[in-house]
Amino acid sequence: MTRPIGKDVLNILIFAALLIWLMPMMISTYTLTVLVIYGMLGLSLGLIWGFGGILCFGQAAFFGLGAYTYAIAAINIGESTIPMILAVLVPAAFAALLGAVMFYGRLTDVYLGVITLVVTLILFKFVNSTAGPQYVIGKARLGGYNGIPGFQTLNVPGDPNAYIWGDPYFYVCTVALVIVFLLVTWLLQSSFGRIAIGIRENETRMSLMGYDVAARKTVLFAIGAAIAGLAGALFANWGEIVTPGLFSLGQSAEIIIWCIVGGLGTRFGPFLGAVGLAYLKFMLGQQSMIDNTLITGLILVLFVLFLPRGVVPAIASLWKLSFGRAGRWPQRSNRRRARHG
Amino acid sequence: MAETVLETHGLTMRFGGVTASDNVNFKLKARELRCLIGPNGAGKSTFFKCVTGLLTPSEGQVFMRGQDVTGWQPHQITALGVGIKTQTPNVMDALSVHENIWLSARRFHSTVEARERAEAIIDRLALGSIARTELGQLAHGERQRVELGLVAVSDPWLVLLDEPAAGMSAQDVDQMTEIIHELTRTAAVVIVEHDMQFIRSIAETVTVFHQGAVLMEDHVDRVMSDQTVRSVYLGKKA
Repeated sequence: MTRPIGKDVLNILIFAALLIWLMPMMISTYTLTVLVIYGMLGLSLGLIWGFGGILCFGQAAFFGLGAYTYAIAAINIGESTIPMILAVLVPAAFAALLGAVMFYGRLTDVYLGVITLVVTLILFKFVNSTAGPQYVIGKARLGGYNGIPGFQTLNVPGDPNAYIWGDPYFYVCTVALVIVFLLVTWLLQSSFGRIAIGIRENETRMSLMGYDVAARKTVLFAIGAAIAGLAGALFANWGEIVTPGLFSLGQSAEIIIWCIVGGLGTRFGPFLGAVGLAYLKFMLGQQSMIDNTLITGLILVLFVLFLPRGVVPAIASLWKLSFGRAGRWPQRSNRRRARHG
Repeated sequence: MAETVLETHGLTMRFGGVTASDNVNFKLKARELRCLIGPNGAGKSTFFKCVTGLLTPSEGQVFMRGQDVTGWQPHQITALGVGIKTQTPNVMDALSVHENIWLSARRFHSTVEARERAEAIIDRLALGSIARTELGQLAHGERQRVELGLVAVSDPWLVLLDEPAAGMSAQDVDQMTEIIHELTRTAAVVIVEHDMQFIRSIAETVTVFHQGAVLMEDHVDRVMSDQTVRSVYLGKKA
């Protein structure tokens, strides 16, 4: 709301600096990189769902589209700068088109969910069936279920031989995440963001006040897709291969679970949910006693039953209880922080 | 002679075999206060929704300040300078009173000016003590008052109110009446209402709807004493 944005930015920067410094001491940067990427992906859905009220069952579609766009463009161009830009623009344009059809068609939430789900499924099926040699874009073969390996990975802009990998790649991803996070913060503080929250709360009223709700939802949807696309491109660089699995419904469902567990309507929630659950999945992947999807499912059920608002809002309430009631806490005006991120 | 701000020609709305609005011709002058009354199912709300763009009429046209707005979206109609309040309070529950009103003011003004206008309206409607409270925690009467604030802050020249007094206490209704009178200084106001007492206290000209069509249109006193209107309301034969 009207709280100073400068302090918020400072907090984010301090928090990010601490993480960049401390986390590599505990977890390998290779693993951390993918956690950061998932965090960005969680943030992308957290933005459009938590603040725009758009429940998208197909956020993985934009993630996969970003990854494939990067891979295909990188093979054709041989340098990573333009492919990175395309990996943001192509999912955004695709989402703008899809969003315009859905929002101007005045679809209700349920149909919106169904359509985004089906689009993801179509992309998954399509990419899966492109194994034949006739499926070629420029020099890049789509490769069907085998995916696309062996593309040019991230390099210093202008110098295709100076690859960015290992620790430096972790720092690149983290800085990208911090920039995206700051942009999202700025967006939510701006009139556009406040109006988006208004639309989440009451679409009819916002349109009766003269706002073009469909246009605004389309733009927000496209912004979410752009962030997911960037995460996809970073993921492609991290894995050095893209496969149809990126488009899978399992991936989409996971993103939704990250948001629910972390806390909708906050910026940190979906990010923390993504990082926490992805790390848990990674740990569980190292043993074979229990299937990790079972645990993810169990966590979702427990959260829906006992902590329906998610981790971050719960911590915020706890904080308020322990410090707010004492009456000595000086920042009473910040008590509603959780709701606005 | 005052300018005509709202006019409908042969406005008809059919839902399947039911004609909810039947060939309605309606005219409203600038700064006029008009009440639409009629028993349940008389077609008041359908007429209201056709005028506000929530429904597209099957036949006929709607003009606002001479412009044909038939089939326009609600956001296009409100962008002309029309304020609309729906039957049930349509407000942003998780946001504060101030944020709600600011959002409405922001549509046509800069960020800073919107804040000033929101604060002015909050003062005018005596909402100062609850300005930072979320709408979801307010009583029904207060929510209605905030919604009127949302409408008033955009400086409309035409205000359409669907049952503004529904479910309100006598004191709330008095306040509401005062606000509406203030609105008529700059805007024409159309009120769809059931509450006869409220109508008596506020109305001058009244349009009576019955079975989708306009039954009569006259001064409130003459309408109230009219035998046909009474029988329509009480369900008796004239």
